[in-house]
Amino acid sequence: MMMALGLTLYIAKASTILAIVFCSIRLLRGPTAQDRVLALDTLWICCMLLALLLGMRFGSDVYFELAMLIALTGFISTIALAKFLMRGELIE
Amino acid sequence: MNAATELSACLVVPIILFLLIGSLLTVIGALGLLRLPNFMQRIHGPAITITLGAGSVLIASMLLFSGLESRPVVHELLITLFVFMTAPVAAMMIMRAAVYRNLRNRKKES
Repeated sequence: MMMALGLTLYIAKASTILAIVFCSIRLLRGPTAQDRVLALDTLWICCMLLALLLGMRFGSDVYFELAMLIALTGFISTIALAKFLMRGELIE
Repeated sequence: MNAATELSACLVVPIILFLLIGSLLTVIGALGLLRLPNFMQRIHGPAITITLGAGSVLIASMLLFSGLESRPVVHELLITLFVFMTAPVAAMMIMRAAVYRNLRNRKKES
């Protein structure tokens, strides 16, 4: 049973890394700037999920705080980039 | 999984199901972001990743840590609450920026 759980964790980590690769391709290729911002936002969420999965793998609580920090920083950076796209400057 | 040798089967099966559903939905959302042809269609893909994918993985993590420490562990609810509150705000800001930029480009062309 525990072997099945370890295998599932491997599958989940592999598919999260696959999602990160997809987001990186869209980030590098995206035709417009808003595509790149959207890809970066999804990339933050995927990295947060990867930190959570690593925490489940090692059974440690430290990764939870890492995931919390990644979620906070991702939200703030996405808002700043969206404001920059709309106005062309951040602090008016 | 060295510390988790004493989890019972009725806890492991839901964890496995939630992990599989969450990882599958994460890949599907990212694939939609990669493959859809238009920005207005492309913004729908990551919504799946953020709500259902992250929610399932967070529920699985909550169940696993509750089983490991043999008491209810609910501090993953903090991340769930934060992500579910901020994801619509971020999507709306990106969407509004895209609409303004499209309007500005169209005005510049005509």
